[in-house]
Amino acid sequence: MTEFEIASSLEEALALVAEGYRPIAGGTDLVVAARTGRAPLPGRLVSIERLDELSGIEPTTEGLLIGAVVTHARLMRTQSVIDDFTALADASALVGSPSTRNVGTIGGNVMNASPAMDTGAPLVVLNAEIVLRSTRGERRVAAADFWAGPGRTVAEPDELCVALAIPNQPDGSASAYVRLEYRRAMEIAVVGAAARVDLDGRGRIIGASVALTAVAPTIVAVDGATEVLAGRSLDPATLTDIADAASRKATPISDLRASDTYRRHCVGVMARRAVEAAFGRATGDPIAVPVNRSTGIGAAR
Amino acid sequence: MTRTFDLEVNGVAYPLTIDPGRSLLSVLRGEIGLTGTKEGCDDCECGACMVLIDGQPVNSCSLLAAQAEGRSVTTIEGIIDGDRLSEIQAGLLDEGGVQCGFCTPGMIISATALFARNPDPTPDEIRVGLSGNLCRCTGYGRIIEALAVDGVGRADRPAESGS
Ligand SMILES: Cc1cc2nc3c(=O)[nH]c(=O)nc-3n(C[C@H](O)[C@H](O)[C@H](O)COP(=O)(O)OP(=O)(O)OC[C@H]3O[C@@H](n4cnc5c(N)ncnc54)[C@H](O)[C@@H]3O)c2cc1C
Ligand code: FES
Ligand code: FES
Repeated sequence: MTEFEIASSLEEALALVAEGYRPIAGGTDLVVAARTGRAPLPGRLVSIERLDELSGIEPTTEGLLIGAVVTHARLMRTQSVIDDFTALADASALVGSPSTRNVGTIGGNVMNASPAMDTGAPLVVLNAEIVLRSTRGERRVAAADFWAGPGRTVAEPDELCVALAIPNQPDGSASAYVRLEYRRAMEIAVVGAAARVDLDGRGRIIGASVALTAVAPTIVAVDGATEVLAGRSLDPATLTDIADAASRKATPISDLRASDTYRRHCVGVMARRAVEAAFGRATGDPIAVPVNRSTGIGAAR
Repeated sequence: MTRTFDLEVNGVAYPLTIDPGRSLLSVLRGEIGLTGTKEGCDDCECGACMVLIDGQPVNSCSLLAAQAEGRSVTTIEGIIDGDRLSEIQAGLLDEGGVQCGFCTPGMIISATALFARNPDPTPDEIRVGLSGNLCRCTGYGRIIEALAVDGVGRADRPAESGS
C-alpha cells in the first residue's frame, strides 16, 4: 500500500525526498506508468504540485524563472513565454490533450526524461538551466547536459527540480518547435525539432541553435547550427544543409511508430521547418502558437 | 497505510479512508457510488473518466484520489441542475450527438470546461477542447455540430427527456 504525503512547504518536500519519498506532480507519467503496468507506483509518494514555492513564473534580471509545477496549460497561455520563449509555448501546447496539459507539469516532463519529451528541445535551444535543490543545497545544470538516457537525468535521487531558468534571449532572436505526429492529440512526437535563430539589425542570421526530439536516447543538439546558417539566406540550399545536419545527428530506433530510416529523414524535415518558423517569427511573421496547429499538421507552412 | 480525508464531490464532502494509491475514478465509482463517470481504458487514453477539478477537466483514472483532497471535484452527476439538463446535455441529445452514450459523460465534462472558458468556440476550438475524448460510435460529426449550434452552452433549459 502506498504512503502519501501532501507537502505543505518546500522544506518538508525536500526532507521527505531525502528520506526516499518519490515526488509526484501531475502524475501523468508516474500514475499512468503504474496503470499501464510499465512501472509500479512507488511505495512512498510526496505530492508537490500545490507548493507555492514551485508555482511561480517570475521575470528576473537574467531571464524567466519557471517553477517546476507550472502546468503546460499555464505555460502555453503565459504571454511572456509566448513572446520571448516561443518554442517552449509551442511544445507545451502540443502535450497530450487539454486535460493532460491541465495537470502535467514542466518539472515532471523534464524529470521523466523521455527521449520524446516535447519541452526538452526548446529548453536546449533557449539555453535553459534546470534548477535542482536538495537538503544539501541548490545547483543548476544546463539543459544540454541534463538528460543521461531514456528516463535518466544527472539529478541525484534526493534532488527536486524546483525551477527552469531561461536566460533573456538576444534582440532579434526567435524560436519555434515543430513535431511530426500522426494524430492531433493524445500523441507523442514521432520526431521533433526546436530552433532558435538570432538576427542582426539588418536581418542577417548571426547565430542559431537546433535540438532534436525522439531520435536518440536523449534530446540532442545539432552540431554547428550557427556555422551552417550564419550569413546565409534561407534558400533551398541552406535549408537542405540544416536538414542534413539534423539527420546526421540522429541515431534513432525503429519501433511500431516509425522506422529508423523514416525518423532520420523526417527529423531533417522538422529541423528545416523549425528553422523557417523561428526565422519567420524573428522577422515579424505572426506564426501562432503552436506552429503545428497554426500551419497544418507537422508543417511550418 | 490508509489515508483518511474528506473528498468534495459535487459540493458534498465524502469522508474516505482509502489506500492513497487508488485512482480518483475507482473511488468515485467504488466508494462513493457515483457511476456516471465511466472507465474506458483506465489508461489515460480515452477520456470517458473525465471530471472537473476546480473547474478544469482531468482524467480521473490517472489521478490519485488523494491528489484531489482539498479540491472541488465535479462529476457528470453534478452537471445536471435538479431536473434541468445543461444546455450542452440537451444539445447533444437533440442533435444526435449521443449513440451508445459511453463517451458522453466525458464529452459533456470537457465541453462544459470549454464553454466556461470560451462561450463561443469555433468548430476547430471545439475539436481541440474535445481532443482528449474518444468516441467509437458517432464519428464526432454530430457531437461537434451539436456543440456548434448557436446558443448551446450559454443557458440552461428544462430537461426534455429523463437523464
Ligand atoms: C495521454 C497522455 C499524453 C501525453 N502527451 C505528451 C506529449 O505530447 N508530450 C510530452 O512531452 N509528454 C506527454 N505526456 C507525458 C506527460 O504528460 C508529461 O511528461 C508531463 O509533463 C509530466 O508531468 P507530471 O507533472 O504529470 O509528472 P509526474 O507524473 O508527476 O512525474 C513524472 C516523473 O518526474 C518526477 N518528478 C515530477 N516532478 C518533479 C520535480 N519537481 N522534481 C523531481 N522529480 C519530479 C516524478 O517522480 C516522476 O518520476 C503525455 C501523457 C499522457 C498520459
Ligand atoms: S478511463 Fe481514463 S482516460 Fe480512459
Ligand atoms: S456514443 Fe458510443 S462511444 Fe461515443
